[in-house]
Amino acid sequence: MIIDRKARLIKVESWKDYHLLSLESPEISRKARPGQFLMIKVSEGTQPLLRRPFSLHNVEGSIVEIFFQVVGEGTRLLAKKKPGDTLDVLGPLGNGFSLRPDFGSQEVFCIGGGRGIAPIYFLARELQKTGVRPVVFYGGRTETDLPLKTRFEIAGCELLISTDDGSAGFSGLVTALVEKELERRRPAFLFACGPEPMMETLAEICQLHNLKGEFSLESIMGCGFGACWGCVKKIKKSQEAGYLKICQEGPVFAWEEIVWQEVENG
Amino acid sequence: MVDLSVDLGFLKLKNPVLAASGTFGYGLEFKPFYDLNLLGGFVVKGLYYNPREGNRPPRLVETPSGLINSIGLQGVGAEKFCREVLPELAKLETVVIANVCGAEEDEYVRVAEYLSQHKGLAALELNISCPNVREGGRCPAQNPEATYRTVKKVRQATSLPLITKLSPNVTDIVSVALAAEEAGSQAISLINTLLAMAIDLETRKPKLGNVMGGLSGPAIKPIALRMVFQVARAVKLPVIGMGGIFTAEDALEFMIAGARAVQVGTANFVNPDACLRIIQGLANWAEKHHIEKISEIIGTVQID
Repeated sequence: MIIDRKARLIKVESWKDYHLLSLESPEISRKARPGQFLMIKVSEGTQPLLRRPFSLHNVEGSIVEIFFQVVGEGTRLLAKKKPGDTLDVLGPLGNGFSLRPDFGSQEVFCIGGGRGIAPIYFLARELQKTGVRPVVFYGGRTETDLPLKTRFEIAGCELLISTDDGSAGFSGLVTALVEKELERRRPAFLFACGPEPMMETLAEICQLHNLKGEFSLESIMGCGFGACWGCVKKIKKSQEAGYLKICQEGPVFAWEEIVWQEVENG
Repeated sequence: MVDLSVDLGFLKLKNPVLAASGTFGYGLEFKPFYDLNLLGGFVVKGLYYNPREGNRPPRLVETPSGLINSIGLQGVGAEKFCREVLPELAKLETVVIANVCGAEEDEYVRVAEYLSQHKGLAALELNISCPNVREGGRCPAQNPEATYRTVKKVRQATSLPLITKLSPNVTDIVSVALAAEEAGSQAISLINTLLAMAIDLETRKPKLGNVMGGLSGPAIKPIALRMVFQVARAVKLPVIGMGGIFTAEDALEFMIAGARAVQVGTANFVNPDACLRIIQGLANWAEKHHIEKISEIIGTVQID
């Protein structure tokens, strides 16, 4: 874990609500692995108070990149930053995806829904480096929710896109597209990041098709390094379910471990 | 070289900065960021006897310059803490304080007794003020009689110094502080979080799974400072002040109001090295003001 108080913003790309920031942070970039995240202070004062979590979108030499959607005050302020500004960044944090050696040269499904596509790019590129063939599924409500389409194409990934309104690619939910592809091929593994309903459906699909996979979870976070116990999710390790910290024990969990519907027990 | 040490009577601290319970994990979480021995000390996360699951998420909501939490004291329990964590903490050359919780008075006693049998703790902080573990945010520290009873019972069960942590969710905090003093507490720490809530406009549901939570951060500092000032004037015991301390200047205000030491909480989440920066800031401030011993400023608030 490194606190880089002077990570220099060198490039900003924007598409309406979506933004891609490139930051010069040599020490963080050296340690970063796909599926890990950064905690970024978006203002100098006490408003907003807490850092905000962003998954690592890409690492290129000494550059780390984040991709995010404006969803609140923190992301709105971050979207206003200009090249040359410096940011206070803590990271890399969390466990990351498992890049297993037994993937060989097989196909692996990498599924991103909306802003959940963020960590999928870094993951797909790392998989490519080891000879694995990532099949990237990228879903959004409409075409403008898929600004990273070209980026994946340039990286040479097989890219399958879906939109809920049919404005681009497969018409329907990305989970339906995944099911359709499963009729004709079977991946060695499945990675996913996106809205909870999407991942819950994917967990059902994994169960039905007996697939192994890992999902990256999102949460409001207080600290990002396990001190506050604020970002918990019910997770089942061995037989017992309990609240585990997404920041420290996650954000990536095997799909079987995640308890989706929390049952009220009085 | 400024002398930053302060004396609580029962305990000497190398500097007045303690990391606050519930914001510092069990201490080891902060080892990657700095040498823990540089701290005046730290108070570990609240301990019940058994492990505790905590409240249902969402557990955090940010409000203007503040944070509402409803963690609900999730934790490993006293037994596992003593077995797996305390031996590591005992190797440190700084003050380690355990925060003692209980569902009933007897559990406070049981946890205090159990912790006292192990090496490595300099004191116990009695957490009778968490707003997240009982119906309606209630806690023993809202009532002088319940405070007196709990402190008295725990006092008889341990030979370790006892710090009683007070709740701001009361009409008259001085009466609760006096009850803790009379029951034999060695120090008073204050304030715990303020009972608070936030609502989502679209769903009209509370933003916290537990409906209400405890507010911390810079938003509560003026209230905390006022309460520390009131209590420090009323009791003979040393007072440890906390509530929204983010900078050395904040810490100095509390000390001038009468706190002999301070605790830093929410700031640890934002800047993992917040305590260290505050300690350095205290030294810089004292040097600039030609103060040789930081303890000189304690309780020097000028009231005409």
